[in-house]
Amino acid sequence: MISEASSFTPQTIASPLTQLLWLIPALPIAASGIIALLKQPRRKLASTLAIGSLSISLLLSLWAFAHVLAGWANHLAVRETYNFTWIQVGSAYVDLGWILDPLAAVMLVMVSLVGLLIFIYSVGYMAHDENYTRFFCFLSLFAGAMLGVVISNSILLLFMNWELVGLTSYLLIGFWYAKPTAAAAAKKAFITTRFGDVFFFLGMVWLFAQTGTLLFYNYGAGSLEGLALNNLLAQHAAFGITVAGAIGLLIFCGAAGKSGQLPLHVWLPDAMEGPTPVSALIHAATMVAAGVYLIARVYPLMSAGMPLIGHPGVTALNGALAVVTWVGALTAVFAALIAIAQNDIKRILAYSTVSQLGYMMAGLGLGGVAVGMFHLITHAFFKALLFLGAGSVIHGCCDQQDIRRMGGLRADMPLTFATYAIGMLALCGFPLVFSGFWSKDGILEAAHSGAIQGPYYLLVFGALLTAFYMMRQVSYVFFGYWRGHHPAHESPRVMTMPMAVLAFFAIALGVIGTPAWPWFRSFLNGQPAHFDFHGFAEPGLLSLMVMSSFVVLFGLWLGWKIYGNKSPSPEEPDALEKAAPALWCGLRDRLYVDEFYGITVIAFYYWWARVTDFFDRRVWGGVVAAVAWLFQLWARFNNFFDDSWINGGFDKSCEEFSTGGGLLSRVENGRVQIYLRILAAGMVVLVAILFWMVRP
Amino acid sequence: MLAWTIYISFAGALLSALLPRSKPGLSRAFALSIALAGLGIAIAGYAAGFAEGRSILVDLPWIPSMGIHFQLAADGISRVLVLLTGIAAVAGVLFSWNVDLRTNQFFAFYFALIGGVYGVFLSADFFLLFVFYEIAIVPKYFLIAIWGSTRREYGAMKLALYSFVGSAMVLIVLLAAYSSAGSHSTALVDLAHAGLPVPMQMWCFPLVFIGFGILAGMWPFHTWAPTGHVAAPTAASMLLAGVVMKLGAYGCLRVGIGLFPHGLDPWGFTFLGLASWRDVFAVLAVIGIVYGALVALAQSDFKFVIGYSSVSHMGFVLLGLMALNQIGVTGAVLQMFSHGVIAGLLFAIVGRIVYDRTHTRQFADLETMHLARRLPFAAWAFVVAGVASMGMPGFSGFIAELQVLIGAWQVAPWWTIAAGIGIMVGVAYTWRALQRAFFTDRIPTAQELETEEHHKLAPITWPEIAGVILLGASTLIVGIYPRILLAQIEPAVKALLAGGVQ
Repeated sequence: MISEASSFTPQTIASPLTQLLWLIPALPIAASGIIALLKQPRRKLASTLAIGSLSISLLLSLWAFAHVLAGWANHLAVRETYNFTWIQVGSAYVDLGWILDPLAAVMLVMVSLVGLLIFIYSVGYMAHDENYTRFFCFLSLFAGAMLGVVISNSILLLFMNWELVGLTSYLLIGFWYAKPTAAAAAKKAFITTRFGDVFFFLGMVWLFAQTGTLLFYNYGAGSLEGLALNNLLAQHAAFGITVAGAIGLLIFCGAAGKSGQLPLHVWLPDAMEGPTPVSALIHAATMVAAGVYLIARVYPLMSAGMPLIGHPGVTALNGALAVVTWVGALTAVFAALIAIAQNDIKRILAYSTVSQLGYMMAGLGLGGVAVGMFHLITHAFFKALLFLGAGSVIHGCCDQQDIRRMGGLRADMPLTFATYAIGMLALCGFPLVFSGFWSKDGILEAAHSGAIQGPYYLLVFGALLTAFYMMRQVSYVFFGYWRGHHPAHESPRVMTMPMAVLAFFAIALGVIGTPAWPWFRSFLNGQPAHFDFHGFAEPGLLSLMVMSSFVVLFGLWLGWKIYGNKSPSPEEPDALEKAAPALWCGLRDRLYVDEFYGITVIAFYYWWARVTDFFDRRVWGGVVAAVAWLFQLWARFNNFFDDSWINGGFDKSCEEFSTGGGLLSRVENGRVQIYLRILAAGMVVLVAILFWMVRP
Repeated sequence: MLAWTIYISFAGALLSALLPRSKPGLSRAFALSIALAGLGIAIAGYAAGFAEGRSILVDLPWIPSMGIHFQLAADGISRVLVLLTGIAAVAGVLFSWNVDLRTNQFFAFYFALIGGVYGVFLSADFFLLFVFYEIAIVPKYFLIAIWGSTRREYGAMKLALYSFVGSAMVLIVLLAAYSSAGSHSTALVDLAHAGLPVPMQMWCFPLVFIGFGILAGMWPFHTWAPTGHVAAPTAASMLLAGVVMKLGAYGCLRVGIGLFPHGLDPWGFTFLGLASWRDVFAVLAVIGIVYGALVALAQSDFKFVIGYSSVSHMGFVLLGLMALNQIGVTGAVLQMFSHGVIAGLLFAIVGRIVYDRTHTRQFADLETMHLARRLPFAAWAFVVAGVASMGMPGFSGFIAELQVLIGAWQVAPWWTIAAGIGIMVGVAYTWRALQRAFFTDRIPTAQELETEEHHKLAPITWPEIAGVILLGASTLIVGIYPRILLAQIEPAVKALLAGGVQ
């Protein structure tokens, strides 16, 4: 599947459009720069600039997409690049560049479209915030950096945008920095993702040292192209891993940090301290998906040297992709379990995001770029929708986030309920109608046809959990009766309209990824797409679809059975808590991962830091003090010696001199003949000395 | 033209001492104009340097009996560091705007130090370089001992003694090289071309490298740095970290590597896995990177965090030098510039903007003050300086450290991997300091709020804003368009590595 060669003619000559591609990220960044200079009260101008620049970026993205699409329709595999040298040091060329291929085109449209909708939504959501201007400044900067990640053809340019994305994420999580938890969450997010990024950085340096280029594609000379890849495969790093695999794993560490994969997922739920549009844009649709996109981008490196997956007779999963698959599958289940026992509406969605990102990673590992990317795209729409819905609920309930204090909102907020329900069913993978069903099924299918069935069972179990916890949440929030104090109200049009658009895509996107018309896969892989119902006839496919539908329906039924229309009071323990208190507490406390890090990694670092500090103060400081003390001792000794011996001797000799002077004064008696006699004697002695010296 | 930076600074020092003590405003205006003039000359000289390559500025016989010349020359490395000195000098004056104690004398010592630093970077004669190096040490002592804070006499004395020990080692090498070369000249070019015997280079190199390395904060000879930085007044700690540490690194490069390249050859045997002085100093550099970062993580005094971070960042400079390849050494020079600007900014924020208002640098006290709300400018400036310091792309530190690490990887990957730990801890200590000093987790008590009402912090003044903009813009411009510096550093490094000085 993944390695099926494209039947299309490669097209690599850069069109004028590709040269202008940099405008797409540059426009929002420029807008952000201008907004930064605006005074705080210029609110209208700030949001207009941000939305306007991103609209133009969206149009350019659509143009770029149309260009690639036109190429695809003419059986051309478009991969246009535009590269230039940023700095040159000796024989080392540090190159930057951007790329337009189907992968980038799809991602560009998704990011700018979802981004634009969320920008519009923010106008309503942030209407009462005094730092409205600053919010749009950061949001624009983020959008620009994210679009920069998407078009990078240079791992360095990608890394630079990647870091900028991380920085804006930090700034936006901590947007309400006066709230201590927000400031702490921002710090945690930054440090955790940077932790992964250091490995990414090392991978980048290694890749550069091995291949001598930072470009992905450069007319055959890029690091992801034949020559360099063969070179990387020919060498072994350690433990039987090729250099390509080792670099791939290092890069995956960075991706795992950004995409909240085990064991670096801890920051993402805390990041919900940021404003809800931020959660929707950054921590659901785009930034967290950047890790998945990164793996898709360097896929030739990850999969290099692997046997073809899905081909008969080839069974083994190996190399970097095996790690990606297992990490993804484990994350999918781990996060879904925790999501069951959360009571904060956004935290449930956050754990759900972690879980779904696990699906994407597993999809990449098992089925290739198209499978993982399809889930990324559909997820971006329905998860952004869910977050915006959650924001609408929070807005309508006067900043209440605890689902146990909500209830019965389907009557008060009908539009929000309708769109939320669509998003929720898409996330659960409700059969046939919703996009999430098709994209998740693609992953399950790939897992099922793999050699090892472990990830498959994990992912199926995860699907069951997903349906269950989403049903629990929806029951708490929208069914039963209202448990708050102030009556809830529906949100303004500027917030509900973007949700309606997203809801449309949450359904409609399924069309492009069904087995009957796998357009998305064909487009990414550069193959022609045919409409053919025989796609369903692949062996095992139909039974798999039936099975996964059953799993989803069972999960929904179970959730409804336990929570539906019940509305327990907030103080009452949860239904599951009564059944299994110990398990519940473990899940509620997020399986103690944070605590575990607290007593291991963090404690170790602080311990190490304290030991080093002690070393610096006591040992080095002690050595310095000892040296100083020794010198002082020496000085005292010298002083004593000086006082009593040398100075004493000096005094003594002075006395001697004065005595001698007294004696001499007797000679100085004015008799010239005695002077002359002494002078002559002196001369004789001098001449004798000279003779003695110059003798041969 | 660049030679005028030296003359102007020394003249400024003399004239400043003659200004009336009762009019601090006059001294400040005078100091700012001198510093700006120096920066202007540095920029003009730098701009002219794109076309010139290495050029001799002045060459006058000085002590003819020993063949010593007053010879000044500039190549790309010198010009970059002169530019850095110009920027740091202006920023230092801006952040000393509130010095009221003997202002005229303060700036007199200040410019004596600046003049010495300019002199070192422009000297083409080893003896002259040494003289300027000594000149720079003396005013540092007075600046710290008179205008300093925490344990200032201890810090000043420690710094002076460390510096003199280092220069004693350099002096030994100077005399040895002079008498052994037999060319009756102390010009760096002549000494480099004298073909000094390899065994002699073998013992001269470590001696001179450690001698200069002491001032570059080389582990384990770094302990003067944190105490010195903390004791120094803001401008002095900015200069100390900004340019004085670069004197050491510059000496290591220009004299150590330039005159004694064979000192880096393999010994022919291995000891504890080390096969040459190059391995030894690279290991010390890597230890410095990780160790400095870790110690910074454990500090309870804000300024100590920055002080130790300097040790860590200067480790990158030394590591880049020991990579001994084009990209590594180029990165090291760029890192000198970058760290000079960024550390200057960090010290300015901690020392001037925060400490002069709060009168405490203890995190435990700062945590109760909620500075993000009361000094938002300081908080944002520190966020910018912090991300620049931890090597965020877009700032100069990223591209410098990237080059150093690429260069180091080509020699020995594990150097880079170990330095990676330092980067990781670097994020942690910067963010811990940011969090504890500005964005505290604690909810203000009613009493604290009342105190805040009654003791309003002094508003941010224009020199502070100007200084932050100057330093912030410098690191940002170089980060986005590094070619502006690399275009001159690169050929100079190439020439230096190819055959001594020229």
